[in-house]
Amino acid sequence: MTHDPSRPDLDADLPDETADPEAAEKRLRQSSGPHFWKSLQELAQKESFPAFLAQQFPRQAAEYEVSGLSRRRLFELSAASMALAGLASCTRQPFERVVPYVKQPEEVVPGKPLFFATTLLLGGYARGVLAESHLGRPTKLEGNPQHPASLGATDAVTQAALLDLYDPDRSQVITKFGSIHTWKELTDELGGAIKAQKPLQGAGLRVLTETVTSPTLARQIREFLAAYPKAKWHQWEPAGRDAVRAGAMLAFRKYVETRYDFGKADIVVSLDADFFIDGPGAVRYAKDWSARRKPREHDASLSRLYAVETALTLVGAAADHRLAVTPATLSSLALALAAECGVPGVAKPALDAKQQKFVTAVARDLLRNVGRSAVVAGEFAAKEVHALAHAINATLKNVGTTVIYTDPVEASPTDQLASLTDLVNDLRRGQVDTLIIAGANPIFTAPSDFDFKSAIQKAPLRIHLGPYADETAEYCQWHVPETHFLEAWGDARAFDGTISLVQPLIEPLYSESKSALQLLSALLEKPGESSHDIVKGYWQKERAGKGTFEAFWRRTLHDGFMAESALAPVVTALDATGIEKAVAVLAADKSGPGPTLVLRPDPNVHDGRFANNGWLQELPKPLTKLTWDNAVLISPARGRALGLSDEELRGGGAVVTLAFGGKSIDAPLWILPGLADDVVTVHFGYGRRRAGSVGNGAGFDAYPLRTAAKMWTGAVTLTRTPRKLPLISTQTAHHMEGRALVRAGTLAKFKSDPEFAEKMGEAPKRTDRLYPGFEYKEYAWGLSVDLSSCIGCNACVAACQAENNIPIVGKEEIGRGRAMHWLRIDRYWEGDEKEIAATHHQPVMCQHCEQAPCEVVCPVGATVHSSEGLNDMVYNRCVGTKYCSNNCPYKVRRFNFFKYSDTDTPVLKLMRNPDVTVRTRGVMEKCSYCVQRINARRIEAEKQNRPIGDGEIVTACQQACPTDTIVFGNINDPKSKVARLKAEPHDYGLLAELNTQPRTSYLAKVKNPNPELEES
Amino acid sequence: MNPPGPPSINVPPSRPSNPRSIPARISIPVVAPGYTTATLTDKISSAVLQKTPRWWYPAFGVAFAFLNLFFIAVGWLFIKGIGIWGINIPVAWGWDIVNFVWWVGIGHAGTLISAILLLFRQQWRTSINRFAEAMTIFAVACAAQYPILHLGRPWLFFWLMPYPSSMGTWPQFRSPLIWDVFAVSTYAITSLLFWYVGLLPDLATLRDRSKSKVAKLVYGFGAMGWRGSAAHWHNYETAYLLLAGLATPLVLSVHTVVSFDFAVGVVPGWHTTIFPPYFVAGAVFSGFAMVMSLSIPLRKLFHLEDFITMRHLHNMAKVMLVTGLIVAYGYFIEIFMAFYSGNEHDIAMIENRFFGPYWFYYAMLWACNIVIPQLLWFRKIRDNIALLFVISIIVNVGMWLERFVIIVTSLHRDFLPSSWGMYHGTFWDISTYLGTLGLFFSLLFLFIRFLPAISISEMRTILPEAKLEDK
Repeated sequence: MTHDPSRPDLDADLPDETADPEAAEKRLRQSSGPHFWKSLQELAQKESFPAFLAQQFPRQAAEYEVSGLSRRRLFELSAASMALAGLASCTRQPFERVVPYVKQPEEVVPGKPLFFATTLLLGGYARGVLAESHLGRPTKLEGNPQHPASLGATDAVTQAALLDLYDPDRSQVITKFGSIHTWKELTDELGGAIKAQKPLQGAGLRVLTETVTSPTLARQIREFLAAYPKAKWHQWEPAGRDAVRAGAMLAFRKYVETRYDFGKADIVVSLDADFFIDGPGAVRYAKDWSARRKPREHDASLSRLYAVETALTLVGAAADHRLAVTPATLSSLALALAAECGVPGVAKPALDAKQQKFVTAVARDLLRNVGRSAVVAGEFAAKEVHALAHAINATLKNVGTTVIYTDPVEASPTDQLASLTDLVNDLRRGQVDTLIIAGANPIFTAPSDFDFKSAIQKAPLRIHLGPYADETAEYCQWHVPETHFLEAWGDARAFDGTISLVQPLIEPLYSESKSALQLLSALLEKPGESSHDIVKGYWQKERAGKGTFEAFWRRTLHDGFMAESALAPVVTALDATGIEKAVAVLAADKSGPGPTLVLRPDPNVHDGRFANNGWLQELPKPLTKLTWDNAVLISPARGRALGLSDEELRGGGAVVTLAFGGKSIDAPLWILPGLADDVVTVHFGYGRRRAGSVGNGAGFDAYPLRTAAKMWTGAVTLTRTPRKLPLISTQTAHHMEGRALVRAGTLAKFKSDPEFAEKMGEAPKRTDRLYPGFEYKEYAWGLSVDLSSCIGCNACVAACQAENNIPIVGKEEIGRGRAMHWLRIDRYWEGDEKEIAATHHQPVMCQHCEQAPCEVVCPVGATVHSSEGLNDMVYNRCVGTKYCSNNCPYKVRRFNFFKYSDTDTPVLKLMRNPDVTVRTRGVMEKCSYCVQRINARRIEAEKQNRPIGDGEIVTACQQACPTDTIVFGNINDPKSKVARLKAEPHDYGLLAELNTQPRTSYLAKVKNPNPELEES
Repeated sequence: MNPPGPPSINVPPSRPSNPRSIPARISIPVVAPGYTTATLTDKISSAVLQKTPRWWYPAFGVAFAFLNLFFIAVGWLFIKGIGIWGINIPVAWGWDIVNFVWWVGIGHAGTLISAILLLFRQQWRTSINRFAEAMTIFAVACAAQYPILHLGRPWLFFWLMPYPSSMGTWPQFRSPLIWDVFAVSTYAITSLLFWYVGLLPDLATLRDRSKSKVAKLVYGFGAMGWRGSAAHWHNYETAYLLLAGLATPLVLSVHTVVSFDFAVGVVPGWHTTIFPPYFVAGAVFSGFAMVMSLSIPLRKLFHLEDFITMRHLHNMAKVMLVTGLIVAYGYFIEIFMAFYSGNEHDIAMIENRFFGPYWFYYAMLWACNIVIPQLLWFRKIRDNIALLFVISIIVNVGMWLERFVIIVTSLHRDFLPSSWGMYHGTFWDISTYLGTLGLFFSLLFLFIRFLPAISISEMRTILPEAKLEDK
């Protein structure tokens, strides 16, 4: 070892004798044979050298070590013991047989969905749907493209109906006084009660149903009534069509079904009609109307829509001209319109200048388009307005082209309010011994002056059939869980009379559930019949002698409806006296000073039946964007008059006492621009006590305001209270702040300058980039959204939620700004708060930017550009920095702040789309352009060795959209529909000025205002 | 092992210092007169070697209580998820990233003092560099919590680091967050090494001077066999200088990279090129404010007025004034550029800062960072220790507000009004912040109790005695 002068410490520590050359020499001499040494010190100090070495060079020490356990041996031993420890910890796995089907069920291939046609009922009317089934589990509902009420589209309620099937709160067992009983026990008791009624001809028997269009159920009830002539059948639907029926009765002296063909209507006038949402034909109407609202370069003709309305509805929002009025003014306007259109016997009432101008212009427009227009009265408008609308349509020769009359679709059209009144009177008089309620929830929905709670208890035996142990079940001894429409057989008629079959996709999840058909069967003393046998049996009898039944049955099941079963148009003459009566009533309709209440069913939870559906609760309501609540809607001016602070005007929630017809409730306010100042709109259906864990306590119950005398409207007083209730809206800013987000113009503008939208903002060219762009050899997916036809109905949002396993988060989380919808509909008001000039809807989903700001900032590459231009989200890789969301100018990314997905409730596991990952906590998610659907089609196409055809891939939002606003496809193919739409002159990119080069582009909104009414 | 020798043995034979570099016109010396190497060593090491002062227990107790709050807040965070914070869409970063940037910024003064001022031979840095460096390390430790805690899935934080994964995946190197990982970890390691290397001679001194066996063992272990030989000093000096050289660019790079987190984004209010210099200036600004906030009570409690003199406070105040003006320039340029560019989103952003719902934060930011620091122009105010302390606290608050304004008010109203929202920190946001303050002060109190808060070996070199030797 050489001496290093720079390391004085080394010298200091060496034992004195080490450097002794004599000792070394001595050693050398003493040894014999070859002897190797590394240094003098080693040679000299054999014994102490290892210690010295270890001290100075600890790393070399191990190699020098010879005795004892070597390092190598130590590792050997520890490795062996680890391996042994691993062996010892093995446990025997439980024995489990995994065997394939012995008989493979036909067409069932794991991983491949099957579609079955079936029928969803709303308000008793049929809507054709196709249900997607994965290994026997229904996972998604789509519209039935052949069904006249759907034509492939759905509404939000239909999309959410899937969740009802899997709702863990559904009642699961038959109960009597809350304890579990059997169907046999029920039918025994019921049988006894019925037998006792035989001699009385059933005088004490009452059946209460909702609206019935089902031929089978109607026949059963008729059979029952034939057997017990004094028994009575009542129908009750709280958001029913009494006004429509009564209007027809008034105009034609008989029940007549009215349906419209908006495809043929150049001018549509809505008198308080929200035909996009309300009524049995809504989806079809939206489709027909929108087909005439798609301006294209080669065909720029549009229909025109006028709306006179009391509430703010989607039709009003889509209208080219809208007049917000009180119900009394609506009567005057309807009269004036009738008078100007030349309806005989109508005197023109006095109107203010603005209304006069409006009516004159509308009437002139209508008269210019005789036979090509439609005047539509709202489902909840007064019956006199309906009668007058019939008269106007007749005068304008619209009947037979745009307005079609048929025989009633309902099995037994009745004045349902009168029917329920009759039932209550009978109950009070003690004339009811056995009351069977199939589906309705009268305790919650009956007019409050009926005091149904005390009346019902006068009936000794009360049986309730319903999907939930709801408010009515609470007041009935017996409660029978009702099957979901995906679990039982049935039939119903659509808005045009088309007979549709309800085909189950799954055995009832709860074996004790029964359908209304089975309950009626029990009344007919055939308690064991299955709903399949009942329906098939009925049709076998019905079709006797009309060819082979099996072929007919299979065809019908396959299609979901019976071909050519729509009701034929009938010619019906107006009853002049009825019209006279209507005119007289309308002329006398004068509202007093002060606000008028307008009651409406909620757009999401309807009459309250969907209150426990989380998807619908969380779906931001069209226009207000409120979630989880209803509210008292008033205009900003009325809000100011009530002395609301700016904060309360913006965020709502100030509680008022509503006094109406002797009843009063406390409810929170929400400001909705576009309402008439004298109108207060309230949606009922909320405030459920026994809806289930989701719906209980959400919102306030407006039913107490409804009395038999005042079901829809009347004078109301508002008194402010100091209380506040938080209301949660998903949108807090309602104006575009001067930014060109929704680009809108008139038809005239579009014709003179088709590229007007592009000129409203900057858009860098695709080539304006620093680095070469991606190359797409095969497909480049893109989406086009036509803002002209979007009505903001939310069907796409609900469809997206159902398709992509999107969790709900609850009111509190929504309030914190954590809504999870991948697709949202932005709603902007244009104009000042006093009179909104326009309402704009803009569906916004991931724009799949060519130069995506999110992609560059993700530190782990969890969001990446696909070879087909998709902006893919890799959930497994996401660590949740949320940087991508911050950097997303469209704010379409959604984050799992908590573990929102319920992966524990067993029944919900069945519901999930198996093709889409269920996301866990801490992961970002967003619209994927339904990549699972793209891949499914790609596999099919590759198997057949052909390119994917245009229109083959349909995203969930596109499929649901009733107005065909959303079009998806390959933009690499210039002949594809989406590429052609993107080539339209009014195509533009949202925030294109940021050079994100979005794959989603919008077709500017083109309205078709009447030049006579345009602001000068 | 060496017996405890006379202190003079530890004086290095040469120091790259020059007494003439101190301009004569500065009247206040960096060390009060009358100290010899021995008395100086006594004085500084006594803070460590003597019995724990009474005030230390409650002070540490409070800090430790907050540290426990941190553990609770983080525990709950791990159990429930980051939803317990107030973040949302659009404001997906809130107090977490505000605090991250704030803590990283505070760290800057330490490195600046120890590295840049060392290279510039600013001798006045000597008495404050040790605890400024400690402050840096503790602040970076606090800052480093947030990038991990703010993750949706914090247990996967290592995916941000390049390691040979069996899946063949790498981080996405275009992301500023990856640059952050490198910048902050480099910074943390370099600062720690720098601090520890500087501590070696002092640890040896403590080893030699402490009477308890445990202390001897622990300090001895830390001293890594330092015996003060010429070779030790030689290697030490070389390493120290090299580390100073390494740390110098970090002062600029770390906060530049942190500013990229924002500047690279498209969000109005983030997307500006002035961010790197403005962030660095802001960091030094807040860092010096923090050194000031800490040194004023420290010198009082340990009677170190002789070593941390008015000269130090003056100099720090001046640095604050300069960096504060650079920050103010940044604010003005932001406003100017919004209108000069005519970008509607940028203009809306500025208007929102002034008149939007967070206007109060913005107004307070101006008051704390621009208006109040102007008082430091006046010598009288720089002489007033109490006022200096108050101003330094105000600047710290102001710099926190600056990050809040940049992050929250930019995000809460960006491009699409439909997605606008509001952000409020929750109890857990506040708890986590207070918790990191607890972590910081717990470490700081342990540091001043168990390690010399002022570098003994370096202080010796600036004594007149050492300078005589130099000649």
